[in-house]
Amino acid sequence: MAVFSGLSEKLNHIFAKMTKKGKLDEYDIKQAMREVRIALLEADVNIEVTKRFIARVSEKALGQEILKSLSPAQQVIKIVNDELTELMGSTNSKLDTSASPAVIMMCGLQGAGKTTLCGKLALHLKKQNKKVLLIACDVYRPAAINQLKVVGEKAGCEVFERGQTNPVDIAKKGVEYASSYGFDIAIIDTAGRLHIDDALMTELENIKSAVHPAEILLTVDSMTGQDAVNVARTFNDRLDVTGVVLTKLDGDTRGGACLSIREVTGKPIKFSSVGEKLTDLEPFYPDRMASRILGMGDVLSLIEKAEQVITDDQAKKMEKKLKENSFTLEDYIEQFEAIKKMGNINDLIGMVPGLGNKMKVSNAQIDEKKIERVKAIIYSMTPKERRDPNILNSSRKQRIAKGSGTTVQEVNQLLKQFDQSKQMMKQLKGKRGFRF
Amino acid sequence: MGIFSKMFSALKKTKDKISQKLSGLFSRNKIDDEFYEELEDVLISSDISVRTSMDIVEDLRDKVKKDKITDNDGVVAALKEILIDNIERAEELEIQTPAVIMVIGVNGVGKTTTIGKLAHYFSENKKSVTIAAADTFRAAASDQLTVWANRANVKIVKSSEGSDPSAVVFDAISSAKARKTDYLIIDTAGRLHVKANLMEELKKMARIVEREYPEAHFYKFIVLDATTGQNAVNQVDVFNQAVGIDGIVLTKLDGTAKGGFVISMCSELEIPVVYVGTGEKLEDIDVFDAEQFVSGIL
Repeated sequence: MAVFSGLSEKLNHIFAKMTKKGKLDEYDIKQAMREVRIALLEADVNIEVTKRFIARVSEKALGQEILKSLSPAQQVIKIVNDELTELMGSTNSKLDTSASPAVIMMCGLQGAGKTTLCGKLALHLKKQNKKVLLIACDVYRPAAINQLKVVGEKAGCEVFERGQTNPVDIAKKGVEYASSYGFDIAIIDTAGRLHIDDALMTELENIKSAVHPAEILLTVDSMTGQDAVNVARTFNDRLDVTGVVLTKLDGDTRGGACLSIREVTGKPIKFSSVGEKLTDLEPFYPDRMASRILGMGDVLSLIEKAEQVITDDQAKKMEKKLKENSFTLEDYIEQFEAIKKMGNINDLIGMVPGLGNKMKVSNAQIDEKKIERVKAIIYSMTPKERRDPNILNSSRKQRIAKGSGTTVQEVNQLLKQFDQSKQMMKQLKGKRGFRF
Repeated sequence: MGIFSKMFSALKKTKDKISQKLSGLFSRNKIDDEFYEELEDVLISSDISVRTSMDIVEDLRDKVKKDKITDNDGVVAALKEILIDNIERAEELEIQTPAVIMVIGVNGVGKTTTIGKLAHYFSENKKSVTIAAADTFRAAASDQLTVWANRANVKIVKSSEGSDPSAVVFDAISSAKARKTDYLIIDTAGRLHVKANLMEELKKMARIVEREYPEAHFYKFIVLDATTGQNAVNQVDVFNQAVGIDGIVLTKLDGTAKGGFVISMCSELEIPVVYVGTGEKLEDIDVFDAEQFVSGIL
């Protein structure tokens, strides 16, 4: 079923067929964009938005020089990702709370998570020493008022309610109450409604003109599909929302809906909601969302880290060695060091999408201590031995084992691993950069 | 069920746009690659999964070639047939009584509302119903369900917030047995399928039903929100692996979303769609009909 993380693999596959070229040409881009299109659609980015996006990115990619440190696939991913990140806007979770009381009005479809979000926001603002009032204007869904009361109690905030009376009146009286009793913030919970329900949309417009909210937040379920565009456009057209909150991002949805919403409304995504506890509210991170939509885990941060750690010189040296097939145990250890510089190995594995999952499933954790032992073994060899492990006979091996506090068995194991790595590298010979 | 079923009229709201797109396609009067590409887009835009959309278009190409179809009406008919075939790969579910129906799904899809409607639907058909309020997690969930139980005029078994949902299931089974209830409907807390501990909780509830009420026919219904996108497939996949799903209830069809993802579930997992939710009122529920659904999304 849903294949996660296929994009980078597929792009690699496409570019593997190409001969080395310095620039991305039209044909390459067309091939690559076919895969990018599928990735976006599978992430629920709206089809019209996808088409426009592909057109823009293709134009940008055409004729671009491939950076030295990147493979063509990485280059394309970088362009796509940069464009995505830019589209997603900046990290901006500031709420306008300058008015007193500052009114925050929630809106959205049924089941998007408005009431829970009210509690989370209330707690978030309370932590900033604001006095928060929750106003219960969902008079339609059974027990919605009770739910808000429970949520309010958990957040330690007062809830204003007038039962199932007119929501516009409740909002007005609630805000009056907030200003008479010195509340800094009044959060209005409204009933979930379909964007095509004209009567209920009018009700929201009436609440808006009655209480002049500083913020109108559209709450959207991050699992929303193609329809996100219609929903966001209608809510924004009628209410001119000030921001969007994405909920249920703790699931495995790729969340492409947020790209559609950004495109059609141009409004910032202010928060993401990531769990059922009241503290599970986070600022929105555009860059993380971009790689999530592409289904690439944190591959991009991995590329960045690799770029920082492995200097161009080192990369060139390595390439030369591979060509000459003169890769030695000394280089082997150098590679280990470079990888170690990039951080905890298990974290790194987690960043590689497909790989991360497989490793977690089989519980095959890489033991950092083992790497220390490998290093000890190599350091117990003479420089000559490191350059040519073939000279290692059993007495040399025994000496090395003693010197490193390991066993001959472990020494043999390492030599076998080294041979395997060499084989693997031979296969990669001629290709550039880190492959992923 | 007439042609003007609730499901059909609910889908009608979205129908116009897609039909427009299609007739735009057909007006060029040429069945070429571009036509197929755009048709694929039309399918994807109703949230049919990308893979399934591609497969459907491939099937259509073959069919058009094989049957030598040259006109628009022929293509539409062929496409309809393929879509219906896909849906009907899942065998229709016949519910036998005494039945236990456990209603599961992610947060906010409309489980509680669906249960209210189902309870009403069954009791309208002169069957006795008991509801178990086993969502002991969400604030005021059992209050919400009580309102629905009262509206549908059926019995409800509940416990306090934060109590063990399996205990509620246990109590509800004893009550249902004692009263010889035809349908016992179990509400469960919304849970994201990626939360392993919550999936374990669900398995435990299912085990209790199997152990304590072996003589009942046990059905697990997943509720899916039509507004959902491609993630619906993951949801069904994981829930199905955890407890086994017997049927789908597709809710919120009265919006502009079409819930096309159910086609993949029917064809690939062979899980049938049983009911659809078409509004917020007690009677806004309908039996799923493949032909009307397809007419509705095309």
